[in-house]
Amino acid sequence: MARRPLALIAGGLVAALTLVPVAAVLWRAGGPATFAAGDGQALRFTLWQAAVSAAVSVALAVPVARALARRAFPGRAVLVTLLGAPFILPVIVAVLGLIAVFGNAGILNRGLEALGLPGVTVYGAHGVILAHVFFNLPLATRMILQGWLAIPGERLRLAAALGLGPWQVVRVVEWPMLRRVAPQAAAVIFVICLSSFAVALTLGGGPRATTVELAIYQAMRFEFDLGRAAMLACLQLALAMAAGLAALALSGAAGMGAGLDRTVPRHDAQRAGARFVDTIAIGAAAVFLLTPLALVGGNGAAGLFDLDAPVWRAAGRSVTVALASTALCLLWALPLATRRGEVAGLPGIAVSPLVLGTGLFILARPYVNPVALALPVTAIVNALMALPFALRILRPEAEAVRADYGRLAAALGLSGRVWLIRVFLPRLRRPLGFAAGLTAALSMGDLGVIALFADPERATLPLQVYRLMASYRMEAAQGAALVLLALSLGLFWVFDRGGRVNADA
Amino acid sequence: MLTLEGVVTGAGAFRLAADLRVEAPGLVAVIGPSGAGKSTLLDVIAGFRPASEGRILWHGQDLTPLGPGDRPVATLFQDNNLFPHLTLAGNLDLALRPRGGRLTDEARARRDAALARMGLDGLGDRKPGAVSGGQQSRAALARALLQARPILLLDEPFAALGPALRAEMLEETRRVVSETGALALLVTHDPADAHRVAPRTILVSEGRAAAPRDTEALFADPPDALRAYLGD
Repeated sequence: MARRPLALIAGGLVAALTLVPVAAVLWRAGGPATFAAGDGQALRFTLWQAAVSAAVSVALAVPVARALARRAFPGRAVLVTLLGAPFILPVIVAVLGLIAVFGNAGILNRGLEALGLPGVTVYGAHGVILAHVFFNLPLATRMILQGWLAIPGERLRLAAALGLGPWQVVRVVEWPMLRRVAPQAAAVIFVICLSSFAVALTLGGGPRATTVELAIYQAMRFEFDLGRAAMLACLQLALAMAAGLAALALSGAAGMGAGLDRTVPRHDAQRAGARFVDTIAIGAAAVFLLTPLALVGGNGAAGLFDLDAPVWRAAGRSVTVALASTALCLLWALPLATRRGEVAGLPGIAVSPLVLGTGLFILARPYVNPVALALPVTAIVNALMALPFALRILRPEAEAVRADYGRLAAALGLSGRVWLIRVFLPRLRRPLGFAAGLTAALSMGDLGVIALFADPERATLPLQVYRLMASYRMEAAQGAALVLLALSLGLFWVFDRGGRVNADA
Repeated sequence: MLTLEGVVTGAGAFRLAADLRVEAPGLVAVIGPSGAGKSTLLDVIAGFRPASEGRILWHGQDLTPLGPGDRPVATLFQDNNLFPHLTLAGNLDLALRPRGGRLTDEARARRDAALARMGLDGLGDRKPGAVSGGQQSRAALARALLQARPILLLDEPFAALGPALRAEMLEETRRVVSETGALALLVTHDPADAHRVAPRTILVSEGRAAAPRDTEALFADPPDALRAYLGD
């Protein structure tokens, strides 16, 4: 049955792996004395870009969510499903896609050039925000769509019966929902963008577009200034904790999202104007989200022939790391799949990967060459980062299995091992497959802690894509990005599918 | 003989007291208004609920410190009696080997015999979802037969079945109990069930489980609580 000692060990490991590196960082930090001028700017930029990204994402998400809530059209279900995809989309792939659209040689600039207009650049602060909106617009849309679908149909029917005009419907029915849901969505996105690393690394940089996470990386990688990295890590930790707690306080009882596949019958949305606005909103969102990915697909297919052995070796390492992370994450998640365990797994969301990486670097340095630990540390950190999501998926199902069959198992006197192998794991196949798929895809696409340590001999595929991109080998980078995308989605599909095939209701 | 010696259990405002003896073997009905504590009585005997006072004895052996799996008790619940991802045979095997390990040929033969005894010949490799509700009940009963525990607790396991099927399953239960020489406690809210299969009846009402009485005598001269429940 519930293996308490195992749960304690698993919870203890999470705590140790998050707290000990942080403690190492704190111990190594030089205090405010090493606070350089650039650091204040990094802090300001981090807060500013997170706030702007959150505001823009939510503002753009409102019309899209509204359109999706009240329109039924062919492909709607696919579009709603795709809105969940950025979660498992490797950041570097999306960045390459955005460069293909908005970059110097991208289709937008070529179009502007043909019209004789001045070009735009994707690098810098607005590029960082563009990428954040690309990733978080779908998330915001899903959250707000949830809010729209949660409006009781009776209320809309009442509004129609009273003959309320469109603005009255907004004021009476929709605005109260938005006032509740929009700040929650914004808070979540703000927290996510606070620890932005890969986007800032690829599109930002320089004094005007450096986040605290990126500053940690630069202090470690280029200046070997451990004290400064440690101080910045403490700053990042404080930021993430404060924002995380604030978001948690705002979140209330927001659900995870069931039943997005229905539309709300609307009696006020049949006018031509409303139709037009909705069509524009959905069309623009689809073009904005799908064009970059289509370009990665198209350009990448051409670049596939440019791929050299280091790319394939990196791909092999990435798959290995992803599988190790997945195994580790599930081993961690199973004993923690309880209400209390879910809380124990939460630090994974608040602590930044770069902070963990810095801490582990400081701890390991006296004993081994940290570079040798690059891949194992990446696997562990990725498992830790995915743990809160895995628990979110597994916990309700695990509790249901225990509630439904715990008494029968006790009545039969099943041993813990037999319960685990014959009942608990088979009953959890679907959520286990889903959680494993998410973890594998997240780990596969992760470009975080690995950037701190790795040399070319230990690069993962996302890092290799970044290297190709940084050396202006864009065709090869896009080819490798396509491989990365295929592997991420493929791993997700294999695990998720494995959980579904022949699973009994 | 099953003895409940000054047993008290309860949580919050709810409290159930039982001080009674039940002679084995035989089928005993447990009847009373809903919420009176019929299931609670079974839970405390099965070990799913601790007794805050008193002891439970089976032929003089104190069961109170034992866990549910270690008591000489087999239970049929209201629902979730079978694991839906295991075949009927797999469900029965689990009862024979609750701590794992390979099944001997002899054990396998016993399992097949239990299935055949309940009219489930050839259905052993079906999963519960692929057989009828009546067959699911039969499989659960077959497992109880296989467990061969001297006490059988039935917590309205046939409540979801139609009247004809329920009568059939009760009859089947009565036969199993008399064949195995077990003591069975059958929770029901239908006095007709008690009349049909149970010579003795325990009345649970007003937070108290009364000593078993002859079913016919009990219903011929019902106490006030039972009279109120029956509505006459």
